[in-house]
Formats: sequence, C-alpha cells, structure tokens
Amino acid sequence: MQDSTYSDAIRLAFDYLLSNHPDVFVIGQGLWSPWYVGNTMTNLEILYGTDRLIDTPVSEAAVTAAAIGASIAGMRPIVVHPRMDFMLYAFDPIINQAAKWSQIFSSQSKAPLTIRAIINRRGEQGAQHSQSLYHMFASVPGLRVVFPTTPQDAFDFLISSVLSDDPVIYVDDRSLYEEASYLNTIPTVHNLVSLGPKLTTSGLDLTVVTIGRGRVVTREALLKCPEISADTIDLRVLSPCNYEIIYSSVACHSPQIHLKSPPVKYHLPHSAAPTSSTLEDAYYLNSSQLASIMKSLFSL
Amino acid sequence: MADSFESLSKAYGLLYIIRSCEQYIADGRENGLVHGPVHLGIGQEAVAVGVSASLRNSDFVFGNHRSHGHLLALDPDPFRLFSEVLARSSGFSRGSGGSMHLTSPQTGFHGSVPIVAATIPLAVGAALRNKLVNSSDIAVAYFGDGATEEGIFHESLNLASTLSLPVLFVLENNFYSSHLHISQRQPDLPMTRYADAHGIKYRSVNGNDYMNVKDVSSRLISHMRSSPHPVLLECQTYRWLGHVDWRSDVDVGVTRSKYELAQWKSRDCISHLKSFIQTCWPESMSSLVSLENQIKSDVNDAWHRALSSPTPDISTLLAHTYYSN
Repeated sequence: MQDSTYSDAIRLAFDYLLSNHPDVFVIGQGLWSPWYVGNTMTNLEILYGTDRLIDTPVSEAAVTAAAIGASIAGMRPIVVHPRMDFMLYAFDPIINQAAKWSQIFSSQSKAPLTIRAIINRRGEQGAQHSQSLYHMFASVPGLRVVFPTTPQDAFDFLISSVLSDDPVIYVDDRSLYEEASYLNTIPTVHNLVSLGPKLTTSGLDLTVVTIGRGRVVTREALLKCPEISADTIDLRVLSPCNYEIIYSSVACHSPQIHLKSPPVKYHLPHSAAPTSSTLEDAYYLNSSQLASIMKSLFSL
Repeated sequence: MADSFESLSKAYGLLYIIRSCEQYIADGRENGLVHGPVHLGIGQEAVAVGVSASLRNSDFVFGNHRSHGHLLALDPDPFRLFSEVLARSSGFSRGSGGSMHLTSPQTGFHGSVPIVAATIPLAVGAALRNKLVNSSDIAVAYFGDGATEEGIFHESLNLASTLSLPVLFVLENNFYSSHLHISQRQPDLPMTRYADAHGIKYRSVNGNDYMNVKDVSSRLISHMRSSPHPVLLECQTYRWLGHVDWRSDVDVGVTRSKYELAQWKSRDCISHLKSFIQTCWPESMSSLVSLENQIKSDVNDAWHRALSSPTPDISTLLAHTYYSN
C-alpha cells in the first residue's frame, strides 16, 4: 500500500471539503499559484472554480476579516496565509472579532472560519519569513489552535477544523510536507472538541511532549539513544489544551525522573530566525542535541 | 413614489423611539445606573431609519460603537436595548455585550463592535457570502468619518470593488472622531473621494433629512439587489452629545462651539419630519401626538423593567468563549 505525504493529505482534505460542503470556500494570496503553497492545493481552482478559490489583493487584514464576515453570514471559509508572518496584519480581526464573536453575543452568532497558517523554516529566508507564532494565537480564548504533524492528522484536522463551529487556526509547517505514512481518506468527521494530544510512542523511562516538528526531531533522537524508552505525546491541539494524557504519562514516570529533575524545555533559542544557513543549523532543533539532553537525564 | 402618511409616521415613530431611548440611557449614565460607557447618536437618527426603510431581515447589517439607533431602526425593542446597556440577561446580547456589542440576527443586525472600522470588512465578507450563494441580499456597514482613516477601510473598498460585492458602506460623517474635528485629521476634500479611488459608486446626502436618506438609499439598494456592486453613501450629520456619555458640549477635554451645536440642533431630523407631515396631513397631528405619548409610556416602562431584570448568571462566564462545547 502506497503511503501519502502530508501535503497530499492537505490537498485531499481540501478536495473532500470543497466537493461535499458547498458552504466552504477558500480565500488568500497565492491560491492560483502553486509556488505559494507547495503542492497542497494544486489545481483546486481548476476543479472548483475561481469563485470558490479566491486569489486576492495584497490585503491580509481585509481578506481575513471578510472571511470572518462570511463565516458570520453562514459560510465556512478557509483563509490561507502562505506565510504566518504576514498574518500579523490580520491580528486585529482574528483576536478582536473572530475570537470574541461567540462570547460577546452569548452564542447567538458564530464565526466558524479556519485560518491556515503556514510556517516556513530555513532557506535563508530570515526573520520575517520563518516565524512559528502558534503560541500567540494559542493564548487567546475563543480561538482553537491545531498543529497536525502526520498525514492522517493533517487530513482529519483540516476537515474537523472547517466543520467546527469555532474559529480555528490550522497551523502547518512546510518542513513536514514530505512526511509520509498510510492515510485513510475516508473522513471520520471528528468533532474537533473531542480531539487532543496523542500518545505516539509508549515507553517506560520518560515523557516527551512535542509540538509540530518536535515530533519528528524526537523520533530521530530516540533512535540515537536505544537505551531510553519514552512516551512521546504529540500535543496536536494547542488550544484549548487537554493535559490529561500528559499528567497520566508523567505520573507513571515520575518515580524514575520527575523527583530528580524539573521538566526540561527544548525549544528554539530566544532569537529571531537567522538568515545564514550556518546559523540556521545552530538555531533549529536537532535530534543529536535532543538525544544528549535525554541521556543526561539518566546520567548516561 | 410619494410617501404615505403611514410610512412617514412609522419612520417618525422610529426616530422618536431612538431619541427617547438614548435620552434615558444618557440620564442613566449621568446618574450612575448605567455602568459602562455609552456612545449616543442623538441628532443622527435619520441615517439609520432612512437606510433601514429599504432593508429586510435577510440582509446583513453591521454597526460600530454608536449603534443603538442602527439596531433600533431594525428591531425597535427598547426593553432589550436597555437590558443590554445595563448588562442584563434579557438584553439583545443576553448581557454579554453591553452598549458596544449589540446583535439581533433575526432582524438582520449581525453585530456592532467598538474597534474602529472593524465591521467594514465583516460586511464585505457577508456580501461575499451573498454573491457566492446568488442571493439578492445585501450587506451594510455603518461607520463614522474617523473609520476612513483606518487602513482596513481602504483594503475593504478595494476588495469589494474587485469582487463586485453588494455592500453598502454607510459613512456617517458627523465631523468628529472622538475629540478631533475632521479639519484636524484630513485634507479639505470630499469624503466620496475614497469611493472614486476604488471605482465605487457613491452618493452624498443630508443625514439629518430622513426622506433624503431614504429616497437615495432606496434607489441604491434596489440596484444593488439586481446587480451586485458596492456603494458608498455619505450621510452628513452631527451628534448633539460628546463622543461618549451624556455631556453635550464638552468632550474629552475639548469644547465644541456652542454656535456650531445650536446650528445643527436647528436642523433636527425629528422636527424636520414632523413639520413635513404636519404640512401634508394637517388633520393627522393628533395621531402623531398620541404616537409620541404611546412611545414615551412604552420606553419608560421598558426602562424600569430593564432596571429590575437580573444580571447574567455567574455560570455563563465560560459558557460562550467557544460556540461549540
């Protein structure tokens, strides 16, 4: 059986949504140019028409806010921001309007749009083309923030985000586009509310919680330290976050390490993304460094 | 087509309800019964009543911080307005919104918010929905002259023009943004220049003349329904009170000229319509007076009922953060 890539999965989810849900449309910059969004949306505008795949003026704020307005009016729009950095122009309507819409009117109205926020990394693209700002959105009540890392999750989460009655920030990372695994393309339309962090490997020694590409780095790091076995938990739904699975995993492992060591955070340095590829190598997470950190916890 | 007595007295009643409600809210704010800030549109009522005469429940109307009149023109329910301004669960937004966040989706009023210019692109999006589903419904955004200084206003006009969307941009030009007169904020050029720049049709009307607003907007809206396109309607008007709360001539440290205020009060939209009706139907004045008395009594009753209505239950604090639970 042939595996599907993460980018195939996104495209298949768009295909499913556009063919089954007439209230779905897609709007954003670059939708008529595959150059912007990899092969995650190839030919969709030919299949579904440029009325439903709307390439736009260079107006992130108005386009995002107009999608919010269309969602209030009964549609299920998907806004595509090919680089999350430019989405900051739309911070105001996302946070002041979409996130608040249900609450200020006591759930008499809703803003069920999905914003696809794409992260770029590397390629010497520098500080304003390489930001992962999911945490900023995850801190805002009223937004749901998801960050799938496998083809199956990329597929399922896009569908469940668009069918959710809340505004959802769907984060995807270009560096995951070639991740490949088996994909069930029969949508088991999940209620987004019921989805949460997922245990991806089980082990006896420690708990590793990952966000986004961290799952891939951890998988590689664990291969480099076969003497350690870990629960790895892919957070997937960053907000609102259900911590239960993490608590129970940590509770199992605490006799081994928790009392000896506080939780360790392994994340990007407190710096904007550099431009030089030499600096990029030092900047991004890598599995060798993570493997040494894990070994040090056990004095290995 | 000439206006009937019935349609004009209905409009007169709406103007009178809005004015009366806002006067109660101003007084309630002054004597401490209203706890939150209120942006009152006394003097500007004819804009909303004139535009709303051609709207229907399936249209999508969005307001701003000064939207009591926009809402009442579509849903004249003083009790629910008062309740909301007092943050009671019987309010339009069930007590979650207050004066600045109002909704009445059943009558086409889909929300007002205080972030300046924020609902302009939302109306563009609602109009996009109308176009995508081949509906003849339109979208309306009410905003003030200050909002034309926000970047998103210009993006929204360009987007609506490019996509040919049926959105009516209603620019209520009352010449002040908070405390600053327009001459301190913009060059001395017609506001319609913004429409011109984006290839959008525009009209400018006397916002204190109900019939002028109604006649022009009625024609514009009728064309928009048959052939989707955006329109900018500038309504020149004036608010009798300050930017926020009950004071009339002092506003955030700035004193407006008493002469200017008196001049605009002499162009009162309510007196104007009343004298027109009186001229055309002199025999009907007694029915207009009884209409006024009925409204006074209803509004007074609504105010007292709202004051004794309960505040939202504490259990609703987290109930609406997300629509789906």
